[in-house]
Amino acid sequence: MNTAFETYETAWCPGCGNFGILNALKDALTELGLKPHQVVIASGIGQAAKMPHYINVNGFNGLHGRALPPATAINIANKDLKVIIDSGDGDTYGEGGNHFIHAIRRNANIAHFVHDNQIYGLTKGQASPTTAKGQKTSLQFDGVILDPVKPIKLALTMGAGFVARSFSGNHEHLKKMMKEAIMYDGYALLDIFQPCVTFNKVNTFKWYNDRVYELPDDYDYTDLDNAFKVADEWGDRIPIGIIYKVEKPTYIDNVSFLKDGPPLVDAKLDPMMAEKYLDDFR
Amino acid sequence: MDYNVLIGGAAGQGIDTLSYIIEKTLKRCGLYVFSMKDYMSRVRGGHNFIQVRFGDKPIYSHDEKFNAIIALDEDTVNLHAKSLKTSGKLILDKSISDNSAYLSFDFKAVAKECGNPRVAGTAAVGVLLKLFGIPLDVSHTVLDDEFKGDVLNANIKAIDTGYNMAKQIFNVTLGKKDDNIYISGNEAIALGAIAAGVKFYSGYPMTPSTSVMTYIAKKSHDAGIVVEQVEDEISAINMALGASYAGVRAMTGSSGGGFALMVEGISLAGITEIPIVITEVQRPGPATGFPTRTEQGDLRFIIHSGHGEFPKMVISLRSPEDAFYQTARAFNIADKYQIPVILVSDQYLADSGVTVKPFDFTKVTIERHISGNEALENGVYKRYKLTESGISPRIIPGKVEGATVLIDSDEHDEFGHITESQDVRVKMVNKRMKKFKLLKEEIQEPLFIGAENPDVLITCWGSTYGPVKEAVDMLLKDGMSIGALSFGDIWPFPTKLIKKYGKFAKMIIDVEQNATAQLDSLMRENALIKADEHILKYDGRMMSSRYIYERVREMTKASSLY
Repeated sequence: MNTAFETYETAWCPGCGNFGILNALKDALTELGLKPHQVVIASGIGQAAKMPHYINVNGFNGLHGRALPPATAINIANKDLKVIIDSGDGDTYGEGGNHFIHAIRRNANIAHFVHDNQIYGLTKGQASPTTAKGQKTSLQFDGVILDPVKPIKLALTMGAGFVARSFSGNHEHLKKMMKEAIMYDGYALLDIFQPCVTFNKVNTFKWYNDRVYELPDDYDYTDLDNAFKVADEWGDRIPIGIIYKVEKPTYIDNVSFLKDGPPLVDAKLDPMMAEKYLDDFR
Repeated sequence: MDYNVLIGGAAGQGIDTLSYIIEKTLKRCGLYVFSMKDYMSRVRGGHNFIQVRFGDKPIYSHDEKFNAIIALDEDTVNLHAKSLKTSGKLILDKSISDNSAYLSFDFKAVAKECGNPRVAGTAAVGVLLKLFGIPLDVSHTVLDDEFKGDVLNANIKAIDTGYNMAKQIFNVTLGKKDDNIYISGNEAIALGAIAAGVKFYSGYPMTPSTSVMTYIAKKSHDAGIVVEQVEDEISAINMALGASYAGVRAMTGSSGGGFALMVEGISLAGITEIPIVITEVQRPGPATGFPTRTEQGDLRFIIHSGHGEFPKMVISLRSPEDAFYQTARAFNIADKYQIPVILVSDQYLADSGVTVKPFDFTKVTIERHISGNEALENGVYKRYKLTESGISPRIIPGKVEGATVLIDSDEHDEFGHITESQDVRVKMVNKRMKKFKLLKEEIQEPLFIGAENPDVLITCWGSTYGPVKEAVDMLLKDGMSIGALSFGDIWPFPTKLIKKYGKFAKMIIDVEQNATAQLDSLMRENALIKADEHILKYDGRMMSSRYIYERVREMTKASSLY
């Protein structure tokens, strides 16, 4: 195993679903031939959001719910960096819900890995936006009364060009999905089932193992109508894989001087270049 | 020579454009101009007006009495006719009033003749220019810049017709040459930011701050600046911080309500030590308050913005000239100390147009304080390396082979990794607060104007500089021993000059556009100096020099000082 990305001890519970994600990510980056300084991981707050501390790449461990805005701006400021987000379901679909909607519209070049454990881990077991209706938690004593967010469907509705799902218990599949998302040109959502062994006694490794199935090789991921149907599959059988993927112009593509010019960070700064604007005020 | 005119009407009647024609024409005649906008938070109807003061010497603020008024509606007559000076003239369409005390014309008929009903107001501008004997051909150059084709021709015909309908009444000595610029506070901030090399601006529109973003957006392609309109101000500041982390100069801005949403990001900038420049163009609060009006009510909120303790710098802006140079300076300070720097303006400064000397771009320097390979020790980079100064060498992600940059909103060790250590916590707090100590050496003392060691000392900050300066000049002429300290840099709070002048003064009068005298509270807290009297105005309308003058006279008389 490549050790370029090794760092720091983790604070996750033994057996946590996050380990599968960390290992798959290290392997994906290694297999893509990326070096630590070429990659940035942005995250918010939560157990998932500690990822930048457990892998040696550039890291922006910001505020709860706010991984997307800095990640978007990092891509705009330096298009040469590979920008990844690792954050949880609460961070992405709850606190950061507004940013999620608009990040899809912007279509910056970001691979967004959502560690979706359907529960709040860091704050000890309250409902997350994806917790099942009726599930009892450490705060929703009579069970959750809200319908869950459906991230795949929401992303499809907003026009995301890459929408996929994987499971932290399936290393090969997860690694493959991560590589696809990182190589995708634009915003790529990868919702990852990640069992929380401490606080979610419903959605366990066994629960997911019993239900997930890989979309077949002949699945047409360019068919949006069908993708909506697949996104709705939930219950006894839950599909994983690339649910929808098409090419779309990215944020960078839409700004000509970003597309054709050097990265913004390499721009030459010279106050005298702005002197001509005084003519607007003569 | 000091003239003052007003143009008023309903929203949608084009007073912005008409006033702009007047302002630019006067400016191009080599005159000094100061305009102030008073508008309502609506797109159609209501009552809006713009005041334009002009003369042969620099003008720093507005005045309350008028030599001429253009009334595009009846409200303008009812509200402002009483503010006309004795010799003042009110220009209007005869359909509004045919009172013989006013100069009424059939502007609608003129517009019809010009083939465009929208140019009735331009004809009224023609009348106004004639009253002051302003050369018509200069107004044509302004129209030529504003309009094209048939619309241009209709406007030229209308202004000419109006001009020929009136007689000159006032004597104006035109300037020898037109070498000034005419610019608003918001435009000056935008220009300062562009000169300083801002490459990323994220913001959400909010009156009265929006035109900072608008001007930068106009230059976006030419100057290679990304301007992103975001979903909310939380995104605005978090994006700007992302861009800055990645190595570009980044900025955001709003008014009080939007700034309130940014506060978590200011705290984030504090602990992550990411440079950022933020503009807060104040309007009266709380909450939505008075959307289009002016106030200085956010000072203490801005100084204390962000939970936790960390260094930041707050610079209040006095004038467009000050705004340009201080904005450029703010970027250097943000980069040097790796802190948030907040520029404080308000609606009065934001929207007022002023003639000033063209900004000197050679005075703008760009100091990035960014390191390369030399920041590595044995090939390892510590983003939060503990140093003597508290400032850690900053490298840009991806720019140093083999080195990674980790920033964290949690308390962290030198590498940026989360820590819970008491020892590391204390070291990191001390590191950040060392920068605050250094920053205190960076700050500029307030500007002093007036008589040396005055009996009466006015204290003020930000945009009240203009009205205060003119009031002090008037009071000096009356023989009063008076001076004023105008604070620009306001956090860390500069204490040297207030201590020096505060000792001599027999009376300190604190002048602020707010209800709670926030500057006075900072003086007490930081310099142990307390104002004796206050001139506070919080009705959303900027105090004039005359307003300050009259109150200082009353206060000094009441205490038998003068």
